[in-house]
Amino acid sequence: MSHKAFVAMLARDAWVARRNFIPLILQTFLQPLMFVFVFGRVMVSSGFMPPEYKSLLLPGIMALSMVSAGIWSVAMPLIAEFQFTHEIEDRLLAPINISWLAVEKVVAGMLQALAAGLTVIPAGWILLRPGVELSLETPVAFVLVAVLVSLFSAAGGLALGCTVGQAQVGLMFSLVLAPMIFFGCAYYPWSALANFPILQKLVLLNPMVYASEGLRGTLAPQFPHLSLLAVVAGLAFFNVLLLVVGLRQFHRKAID
Amino acid sequence: MKVGIRTRELRKVYHSPAPFAAGAGGLVAGALGRKRQPRPQIVALDGLSLEVLPGEIFGLLGPNGAGKSTTAGILTTRVRPTGGRAWIGEHDVWREQVAVKRLIGVVAQRPNLDFSLTAFEILAFHGAYFGQPTAERTERAKTLLDRFKLRDRADQLVRGFSGGMMQRLSIARAMVHDPQVLFLDEPSAGLDPQTRLLLWEIIREYNQRGKTVLLTTHNMEEADALCQRLAIIDYGRSIALGTPRELKASVPGGFVLRLRFGQYSDCLLQRFKTLTGVREVRTTENNGADLYADRGGSLIPEIASLASAARIELCDVHISEPSLENLFLHHTGRSLRES
Repeated sequence: MSHKAFVAMLARDAWVARRNFIPLILQTFLQPLMFVFVFGRVMVSSGFMPPEYKSLLLPGIMALSMVSAGIWSVAMPLIAEFQFTHEIEDRLLAPINISWLAVEKVVAGMLQALAAGLTVIPAGWILLRPGVELSLETPVAFVLVAVLVSLFSAAGGLALGCTVGQAQVGLMFSLVLAPMIFFGCAYYPWSALANFPILQKLVLLNPMVYASEGLRGTLAPQFPHLSLLAVVAGLAFFNVLLLVVGLRQFHRKAID
Repeated sequence: MKVGIRTRELRKVYHSPAPFAAGAGGLVAGALGRKRQPRPQIVALDGLSLEVLPGEIFGLLGPNGAGKSTTAGILTTRVRPTGGRAWIGEHDVWREQVAVKRLIGVVAQRPNLDFSLTAFEILAFHGAYFGQPTAERTERAKTLLDRFKLRDRADQLVRGFSGGMMQRLSIARAMVHDPQVLFLDEPSAGLDPQTRLLLWEIIREYNQRGKTVLLTTHNMEEADALCQRLAIIDYGRSIALGTPRELKASVPGGFVLRLRFGQYSDCLLQRFKTLTGVREVRTTENNGADLYADRGGSLIPEIASLASAARIELCDVHISEPSLENLFLHHTGRSLRES
């Protein structure tokens, strides 16, 4: 592998992200923070939600922001670059195995997902305080989960971005992303689905559940959550699956 | 070190409609779980063997859909061959892709510029992908922007560029890392005559530095003016190979007179064969005939009087001087312009 080509491609993505900084920020944070404000502040201060909900919500919002940022930052450019204009060709012709280009896209997506996750926590905390009780008792576990979540989001972006065409972007949101988010335990803990036993089992097929439960378990362990082992195993399984599918689809798109 | 190109029995069958210019990405078939229909098979290349000598300008001439872009696509690692092998220098194109990519520069049929970047950034990042240090790639990008008359647009995003400017920038980008072999797929399509001449000058200049150039074109003037050797491609096969002069000389007589009559008469066509200078007579559709001869206009009075004597109306006459067009017609029975 030519590490110079890899670094140059990463630099290119950073350069483009810097150029699109403002839209990128709005796209990543506006919706989660509005959600935080409405449910964590309006609903709690008016008494419809208990005050503890603030601490339960914030790790879920972190998971949501990371997953959207990673998927968005990898899938959307890939969908555009593989379309009619085939903009990606310059990088496919760089002196490096084309799989590394897919890996580079994943690394860039992970960095954006981590940046989004680490920014949304203080931003949400400022919006919600006082009364947010987050604790970082096991920093190593938190870092591990955060890295696995960022990899899940970027690998998911790769798989989606190389499978979905421009005409199906709307469908991708309504058929894949919306159900994944709403049944992803971002707004409620997995244990809250106990009254819906079939649904509770089914949502375990949704990788977002492990992301939300993992971050909740490491940031707000006072709430019921899936065990760290289940979270790590679930995320590792889906990460490998999405990477394998993503790389395969990437090759199919890149070479006729 | 001059580098040549070889292909042996290259074959490519598309199982879906061949992508435009053999490089486009569309929907991945079956991605949404559709049931697979029996898929059509399109043979784009049917056993193409070629040898491009190190340091020559070689042209692939043929009509649209002949397999030129697919050949260029395989040689530049973007299309997977169904069968056969290809080499750039000593490197197998499919098995040693990274080594091959270091040697080649590619200009695709459609501008495939990175729309998120400015003209200067496109060239500079391209240099970076090939490991050029910052100072070198900056210098190289500036020189190329000057050479291709794009200096004043250097800091603009390319989204707003005209087709001609995008094409010039694509060619400049392919030259940033100074590749040994330059592939140009229909390089002058959509260029105005002035820019086309600039492009030809740049290609010749590049070649004089010992570089190999492979270009595909359906433009005979371009092939004739630029290429040292040519292969004429039709239906995925090479039907003629040689220098433009040799190829033109291989057409019987050189001139072609395309005639059309009011009705078909075998007897009349036989009489044409006796005229001085006529080498070959072929019947064509719609009561037509192609006469291959070593003279052109001076045959017309004789043809007209023979037709008149046979009471057959001469409806249409078209004379072509010796050209690659005539060669294509002679080999395929079709005009390159019509196909």
